[in-house]
Amino acid sequence: MTDVWMGVPWAVILIVLPLAAAMTAFVWPRISQLLVLGCSLVIVLAVTGLALQLWYHGVFHHALGGWGAPLGIELYADGLSLVLLAATGLVGAGVSVYASAYFSVEEKRRFWPIWLFLLAALNALFLSADLFNLYVTLELMGLAAVALTALPGSRDALAGAARYLFVSLLGSLAYLLGVALLYHAFGSLDIAVLAERLRPVPAAWVALGLMSAGLLLKTALFPLHFWLPPAHSSAPSPVSAVLSALVIKASLYILLRLWIMLFGPFAGDGVAAFLGLLGVAAILWGSVQALRQTRLKLLVAYSTVAQIGYLFLAFPLATVASWNATMVLLLSHALAKSAMFLAAGNFLNFGGHDRIADLDHIVQRLPLSAFAFALAGVSLMGLPPSGGFIGKWLLLEAALVQGRWDLAAVMLFGGLLTAAYVFKVLGKSFTQADVACTYQPKEIPARMQWVALILACGAILLGFGGTPLLPLLEIGVPFDGSGP
Amino acid sequence: MNWQVWLPLLVVLSSLLPGLIIFVLPENRVGLRTVLNISGAIAKLFLVGWMLWGVAEGHHFEARLALLPDIELVLRADPLALLFVTLSAVLWLLTTMYAIGYLEGSPHRSRFFGFFSLCVTAATGVALSGNLLTFLVFYELLTLTTYPLVVHRGTEMARQAGQTYLIYTLAGGALLLLGTVWLYTLTGTLEFTEHGFLHELDTAHHPSLIIIFILLIAGMGVKAALVPLHGWLPKAMIAPAPVSALLHAVAVVKAGAFGIVRVVYDVYGVEFAQMLNLLTPLAIAASVTIIWGSLRALFQDDLKKRLAYSTVSQVSYIALGVALFGPIGTIGGLVHLVHQGIMKITLFFCAGNYAEKLGIHRISQMNGTGRRMPLTTIAFSVAALGMMGAPLTAGAVSKAWLMDGATAANMPWVVWVLWASSLLNAAYFLPILWRSWFLSQPYAWPNDHPPIRQWHEAPWLLLLPPLVTGTAILVADVFATFEMSPLAWAQLITDREYFRGVP
Repeated sequence: MTDVWMGVPWAVILIVLPLAAAMTAFVWPRISQLLVLGCSLVIVLAVTGLALQLWYHGVFHHALGGWGAPLGIELYADGLSLVLLAATGLVGAGVSVYASAYFSVEEKRRFWPIWLFLLAALNALFLSADLFNLYVTLELMGLAAVALTALPGSRDALAGAARYLFVSLLGSLAYLLGVALLYHAFGSLDIAVLAERLRPVPAAWVALGLMSAGLLLKTALFPLHFWLPPAHSSAPSPVSAVLSALVIKASLYILLRLWIMLFGPFAGDGVAAFLGLLGVAAILWGSVQALRQTRLKLLVAYSTVAQIGYLFLAFPLATVASWNATMVLLLSHALAKSAMFLAAGNFLNFGGHDRIADLDHIVQRLPLSAFAFALAGVSLMGLPPSGGFIGKWLLLEAALVQGRWDLAAVMLFGGLLTAAYVFKVLGKSFTQADVACTYQPKEIPARMQWVALILACGAILLGFGGTPLLPLLEIGVPFDGSGP
Repeated sequence: MNWQVWLPLLVVLSSLLPGLIIFVLPENRVGLRTVLNISGAIAKLFLVGWMLWGVAEGHHFEARLALLPDIELVLRADPLALLFVTLSAVLWLLTTMYAIGYLEGSPHRSRFFGFFSLCVTAATGVALSGNLLTFLVFYELLTLTTYPLVVHRGTEMARQAGQTYLIYTLAGGALLLLGTVWLYTLTGTLEFTEHGFLHELDTAHHPSLIIIFILLIAGMGVKAALVPLHGWLPKAMIAPAPVSALLHAVAVVKAGAFGIVRVVYDVYGVEFAQMLNLLTPLAIAASVTIIWGSLRALFQDDLKKRLAYSTVSQVSYIALGVALFGPIGTIGGLVHLVHQGIMKITLFFCAGNYAEKLGIHRISQMNGTGRRMPLTTIAFSVAALGMMGAPLTAGAVSKAWLMDGATAANMPWVVWVLWASSLLNAAYFLPILWRSWFLSQPYAWPNDHPPIRQWHEAPWLLLLPPLVTGTAILVADVFATFEMSPLAWAQLITDREYFRGVP
């Protein structure tokens, strides 16, 4: 049994299967829904299989078609890739089920192929290890994401998608320019080779600046977050969930890879401190803005801006523990935020609006979704027991060991601000609203409620998964500074 | 795994599972919900009884679950844990009965009883925590599960009270988290140990340890309502009477006070805390709280608000007892953990009965209640006399030990604080008793419900709990010297803390 698990090239399946399914769904829409659900299930299995392979054999290398790094496409997976693949698998499966009930038949015809394409691009991105492949997958993912936001076809959606497309292209273009400069100056696209050849010449600095700026723009780190709230809040809810939970993490993943192996040692503490500072600003600004919103989906979107900030606090701390904390936070944010957007989508669909002030009628008639929102909120606040708590604990510990009281204070204060905006919504569950309502609400299928709840429970359960998760993360020691 | 591992887990699960099931029950399944509630409470009581027996026999109960590679969630039943867990298990059963009677026919009962059970689960977890991390986990869980109960009524005032509650408790939780993580970076362990685990630390760390102590006590102090962190408690009295009972006697305030006991005894160790000169400031903070709470109580006309300020004052007896360096004061503080619980819960049950049956919320409306609701008023009077420390009541036991402790610790000013507090207690409780027994009834009560059938004054579900706890107040004094009395347990715990564990 184990041999079968070990022998299958799970990494290849992770890319090829959704890609093939996307094609099939495109030419044969009738079976597409079945295909997507099956495909999501296989992806979850494949990630599990890959995890087993990594666990027993260590880092995973695979040259597609037998061609090695300089010419062909090489797949690479370590603990860092695994966390992001796991997030993609879980959130992807949840969103697939949710979308199957959310969209109309006509919308689904367009949604499924692009959605599968996005999954393929995400998986491929997390399995790539050279600069050019990362670019290609980043671009593919960006285009698929833009197409998904444009899906409703309304004027607002198209305008939002156009803005999003512009930002996305600008980001990848800046990244591509940087890659070209590096290739010109040092003659390689392989990260490990580059790490040896990199010298502090102007070209390297410009390349570093361009690549980082492009990736930060796509990750929406303060002050480059301006595009995120409108884009994420105007998209259809399952798309919002994916954008906030996975898509922005992809550019962050590239940034982490490059930073650990290439830029970090080169750029030094000043840049790291600057990134940390932006993270702090993001936490404070995003939380305060979230608190000020009157629309639920905008609140959740600003919460993403704030939560991204936490992921950058590890840059100035730069210890293995702090990177691990970041990964736990990343995973729990993916689960919690997707749950939150899906729950918000349920409220929006049910009542026809997402004005927070009038939300009490809706929230009280959808207790499962309200519960999902609450559990996701607990994880975002970093209260125990949840993945968010484990991440915050590890990060606090790292900060205190290094005497970074400022960062510790920001983390705690940010948690309180998070509580403030989460309870601004949850408080609506406990008013004396007249629940026998005057309008005919739209029925919410049970699975849309349950998916949100299950994803939120995942974020909570992650709080008990620290023991198996942390050793998995350290496979291939992604954070010790040596390349693949 | 054997039964010694399972027992602490089961104690926690015995309220968690019914709670989760109750959430999904439809509103009209009253019978099933009641069965779940009561059987959960009885099961917990039974399991706690089993653990009490086991610990007295010398068994060791402990369950562990790894949370991070080197930190575990630990549930352990040591004598101190059992003191609190027994208190909350017994009072939970009574409060559940009372709540079933009190909320009969009101909306959102599934939600209420669901969170009610979760709240007790969290309190049980706090009691059984074997290290500071586990304590923190359940302490925060307690905050989250109590909030829906505080805002249960859904009125604007309830919303504001809930908001105040969250601001105080979440900020307190943040301080506690900071202190805990900091402590962990210094020691690498958080395990509660008799005599503490910090005294071997290098003296260079002592300034940090003092700050950590302040952080931890401030974090606990929010729930224990230490002045000036008490602002949420009088506001939270807007909640339904069973919730007030829960907040003041079973779970929240007690969790804070219990946390202070844990920090002083099992984290720092009382000798080490004394060496760092941390106990005298704690005693002063507690004394200020005692006097301030009583003074504020004096000027409240709202009955529940007066009781709330009285809690502010009375709970700090526990902190005061802990801060008196020496075994006698410790016994006084620990025994008051139990005694304050049964006295205050009686008062809140009675206040709930007055509000429910006669619509009385203010002290100025209480004239002549003694003749109309004699049993309730008797229970109320016993509890009020107990709060003053009158002879034959549980309060007398606590106060006697605390005063002796203060004398033994050579802190005569504490004796004056206690006397002053007793006087103030009398000043704000005796007028109530005077009104209800000796003044004549008004022409009409604010919202009178005509008496029903055999239980002359109130349904038995509302009447039985205060009568039981009222009797317990007397029993705790008369049978104080018996082997299983709260006093005997407090002595056992103190023996272990001061005299290295000769049971």
